Amino acid sequence: MRYVSPWREAAPVAGTMGEPGARGRFGDYGGRYAPESLVEACREVEEAFREAWADPGFRGDLAELLAVHAGRPTPLTPARRLSRELGVRLWLKREDLTHTGSHKINNVLGQALLAARMGRRRLIAETGAGQHGVATATAAALLGLEATVFMGERDIERQDLNVFRMRLLGAEVVPVTTGSRTLKDATSEAMRHWVGATGDSHYCVGSVIGPDPYPWMVRELQRVIGDEARAQCAAELRTGLPDHVVACVGGGSNAAGTFAGFADTPARFVGVEAEGGAGASRGRLGVLHGCRSLFLQDGDGQIVEAHSIAAGLDYPGVGPEHAHLRDLGRARYVTVTDEEAVGAALRLARTEGIVPALESAHALAWVIRAAGDGGLPAGSTVLMTLSGRGDKDISTLKELL
Amino acid sequence: MTVEDRLRARRDTGRGLLMPYVTGGIAPGWTRYLEAFAAAGADAIEVGLPFSDPTLDGVTIQRASEAALARGASTRRVLADLAEVAGLGVPLVASTYYNLVLHDGPGAFCAALRRAGVSGLIVPDLPVHEADELAGVAAAAGIDLALLASPATPDPRLGEIARRSRGFVYAVSLMGTTGERAGLAASAGELTARIRSVSDRPVLLGFGISTPDQAREARRHADGVVVGAAVMRRVLDGAGPDDVLTFLAALRRALDQE
Repeated sequence: MRYVSPWREAAPVAGTMGEPGARGRFGDYGGRYAPESLVEACREVEEAFREAWADPGFRGDLAELLAVHAGRPTPLTPARRLSRELGVRLWLKREDLTHTGSHKINNVLGQALLAARMGRRRLIAETGAGQHGVATATAAALLGLEATVFMGERDIERQDLNVFRMRLLGAEVVPVTTGSRTLKDATSEAMRHWVGATGDSHYCVGSVIGPDPYPWMVRELQRVIGDEARAQCAAELRTGLPDHVVACVGGGSNAAGTFAGFADTPARFVGVEAEGGAGASRGRLGVLHGCRSLFLQDGDGQIVEAHSIAAGLDYPGVGPEHAHLRDLGRARYVTVTDEEAVGAALRLARTEGIVPALESAHALAWVIRAAGDGGLPAGSTVLMTLSGRGDKDISTLKELL
Repeated sequence: MTVEDRLRARRDTGRGLLMPYVTGGIAPGWTRYLEAFAAAGADAIEVGLPFSDPTLDGVTIQRASEAALARGASTRRVLADLAEVAGLGVPLVASTYYNLVLHDGPGAFCAALRRAGVSGLIVPDLPVHEADELAGVAAAAGIDLALLASPATPDPRLGEIARRSRGFVYAVSLMGTTGERAGLAASAGELTARIRSVSDRPVLLGFGISTPDQAREARRHADGVVVGAAVMRRVLDGAGPDDVLTFLAALRRALDQE
């Protein structure tokens, strides 16, 4: 029987994952839906980033920090035993090996350098589980900036170790006590705080969300993942390119950075969302936190809270560029359950000796599922971004297993 | 009569304009607050359609929004309540976040406002450069879409906001969120003067105006004031329509004296 691919036979779409243009749009999505008091601040960030990104001096400074502080480049690891079991060739892009343990540091070092270049003395950030908060506190300490991190009261209770890490690094952690007291409320509170502090503070958004230029800027700062992986694939893979590129998606920054390195190739993109936080898979058009994208909403248009065992996927929306890639058919978005993610984390631990973050385990869970049900034909080459290490999830896993 | 016609006519008699705010659906029988606003001499009334993520609001209006949503408030229900209020004699201005406008689409949203007797609209996360999608539809439905201007707005852009705003220009008095403040920010007077130098549209100052003294001072700069958090704090603390009427009557007197 002839194998029928579930994939639309789309060649790379010309012009995807380029600059979003003057109005900050990815197709119909994106834009700068900021309160008037933040519009000028967003414009200043855009202007500064455009200038910095075109400046070899800035790029060189960032590359140096990424190398000597964050430990880049990260390796491309063949998952040999797991690949044999699954019947596919799985390669892992090891963001878990960066300093602070996740891809978040790539974005934060770039934005902290930009903030310093703009003469800002303080970084403002939101955080859910604390990974972006810890990365922000780290970059602030490294560059002699202050850091104020907004975190929902409920997340503070659940992630007390990361709260302590941030404080240890000299950051101020501000509990958010309104709304659902989780990431979406921390993001709202960080924006409110920025309104009153635009003169001396830079809002360091942690994912490919927020008003223009953030979705674009954060993707550009994360594209080091995809660019490195592309070169590593060219050197290591028999075919030179993977058939599939897979990453987990909360807001979608590690996926956007990974996809960006392969935008002009025929590689198929898969973004893996949490069942309870599936903005790209089940969201509807809306505007939240400054951008037009897909958000989980109830029948009245109120934003619904996301629920995932992986706190980093606990965002009720998805970055605007992912919404656009979905509409184009350039990327496919799928969901996996908490249970599948935990199973995948355990399997990677036992076959490869790597305990992944539960976020990254979502991407792996899809690879495992798809290798079993024909979604990934036997012998496929798969590049998966392992966005973070599992240390932060040890106590969660301990309770479950 | 449009919101703008009404506000211009009143302003031109030398009257200081008062636009109090209430979060729609905040309590059973909440539309009685509207009657109190009218009785206190409001020139327009702002009704908030509660949203789950009010990113430009301070803690008072956040809590009011949460309380209203917990009672089951929604755009549909708040507008249904408004449709039953008759003979108020004061134009109603809805305010909400853009997600709720997009939910049914700008056309259906504006038509629903109109059916409920609402003739103005404020969307604080819809800045002028994103307003095209809504502005034409609102105008066609007879809804005045008022735009916000901020102390951070540079001059050429301020001109565009004043030109494209309908009803009035909402001058955000300070770089911050909604909520009561101890005094009127210096930025309030500067911003109002800049708007007035490019437009004769009515200018209402909002954010932080919470006492008769502040209203009196605001009146020296602007055509009038928006009072939100100071009303909603009282409502959240249990103030009924009569208590709110007493508070607003004091603001009214302050505006009339200046």
